[in-house]
Amino acid sequence: MEAADAASLAVHTQDLAKRYGKTVALSGLTMSVRRAEVFGFLGPNGAGKTTAVKLLVGLAIPTAGEGWVLGAPIGDLQTRRRLGYLPELFRYQGWMKAREVLGLHCELSGMPRSEWKAEIESALKTVGLSDRAGDRVEGFSKGMQQRLGLGVALLGRPELVLLDEPTSALDPVGRHDVREIIRQLKARGTAVFLNSHLLSEVEQICDRLAVVDHGRVIANGTMSQILGRDGAVRVRVTGLQPNSRAALQTYGNLEDEGEWLTFRGLAQDRVPELVSEIVRQGGRVYAVEPRHETLEDRFLQLLKEQDQ
Amino acid sequence: MSRVLTIARLTILEASRRKLLLALAVLTVVVIVLTSWGFSRLPTVKGVTPAEVRGAASQLTILVAFMFSGVLALGSTLVAAPSIASDIESGIALAILPRPIRRSELLMGKWLGLALLVTLYAALSGVLEMIGIWLATSYLPPNPAAALAFVAAEGIVLMSLALLLSTRLSPMTGGVIALVFFFVAWIGGIALAIGQVFANDTIINIGVGSRLLIPTDGLWHGAIFYLEPSDVLALARAAGRARAGNPFFADQPLPLTYLAWVVAWLVGLLALANWSFARRDL
Repeated sequence: MEAADAASLAVHTQDLAKRYGKTVALSGLTMSVRRAEVFGFLGPNGAGKTTAVKLLVGLAIPTAGEGWVLGAPIGDLQTRRRLGYLPELFRYQGWMKAREVLGLHCELSGMPRSEWKAEIESALKTVGLSDRAGDRVEGFSKGMQQRLGLGVALLGRPELVLLDEPTSALDPVGRHDVREIIRQLKARGTAVFLNSHLLSEVEQICDRLAVVDHGRVIANGTMSQILGRDGAVRVRVTGLQPNSRAALQTYGNLEDEGEWLTFRGLAQDRVPELVSEIVRQGGRVYAVEPRHETLEDRFLQLLKEQDQ
Repeated sequence: MSRVLTIARLTILEASRRKLLLALAVLTVVVIVLTSWGFSRLPTVKGVTPAEVRGAASQLTILVAFMFSGVLALGSTLVAAPSIASDIESGIALAILPRPIRRSELLMGKWLGLALLVTLYAALSGVLEMIGIWLATSYLPPNPAAALAFVAAEGIVLMSLALLLSTRLSPMTGGVIALVFFFVAWIGGIALAIGQVFANDTIINIGVGSRLLIPTDGLWHGAIFYLEPSDVLALARAAGRARAGNPFFADQPLPLTYLAWVVAWLVGLLALANWSFARRDL
């Protein structure tokens, strides 16, 4: 990819790979995150999600491939001014007050001192820590530390925010707050790279997503592209002969569970046709349940296909 | 450079907030008061001459300086060994390093902060101790400022070694290795003194090697020389083989070539630490 093309994207990687000794953490990651979109990065434990984020923010050094963040090669010092990052392993100086931690990050990011106060107050208010700003971080709960980390990531109106499991220590209220913060970031034109294994969370807020397994992207696109336009339908039926069941596979990807048959990838307007065909084959239909395929269903199916 | 200073300030602030400076200050004042009281007893010994008081005070001053240099060396190791490693283990470094700061700036900021702490402690504790000794016995070593500079340099050398180890090893492992090097160098210094008195090339080479590899004992001997009054020095020189292996005696000031080696050693070590940290996956 040309540098000019990369500049129009928040993140672009081409065959990005990372190996730790003999262990392959990431084997050829190719993906793009557009500006001002919320991008979900999904995968099972050990898929290479955190490794990918660490490569993007310069914490780890790639063993192969290339990557650009906000148009600059990954690790570029000046570009880091425009990044916000919440690590999976979040920890801040316990001996400092929350306000001081934010001040330190303002200073390190090279922000003019005149802007610090407003930025710090804004970040504290956004993450709900205004009343604890003067307390030492060592007295914070894990959830409060994660809120503080989110506040750190928001400083300086970054163009790209990378959040690695941002709600892992939060209660339901905190998770809701984080979703709202992500929506606000998107509204002001910030791209959000959300690394998460909370599928419902990703489903609610992401514009596009990539699914990784064994260090490689196995699916990517918009939510509807990943889930597929066609849904699934479950039918409870008796009296079908094995050859009749096989013939029904033309209606979709068939999962045969005895009395229950699940047809995946079946357009909803073909359901009456399917029922007629079952009856024509001698089957007795007791129930027909259209199923909306969730991201979890699709995620598990993708991983299963990958293993096969 | 400003980010180096930011990290240096942060390092000093952390030492202060964690009450390290307070604990050191209180303990040091207690030690200085006790040693000064001990020195004040010297002139009261029955039948003692002023020359004997001076001789005893000079030797005790070297012992007290050894104690402070030991505290400084061990203390700086304990503070430096976790400085990078524990930030990586805890995750603090993961939040800081994606900011527009080079790893070398973080490392050198930590080094500068710790070096300032070591220098400050050596200067303050040394000056207070010298004042205590002077008030108690009217004795002052010939060049206390030079001696304190060498004691501080010894602390900085060991701190730098622990910092290098901290870029790759856990705090415990790095700290233990640095201390082993420190004590091996000390034993190497004694071997060198024995080898010189008995003119044994093999023992001399072992001693010189250890002094080049880890310059802590060499710098300690640089400090000793400036704490020895000329008459005490002449007496020790006259003792010949009888002074063999005395770890609290230095016959000569450190040659300039050795000081140049120590500077080169320090620069090389810091370059290695930066290289090591820059290539570490976090």
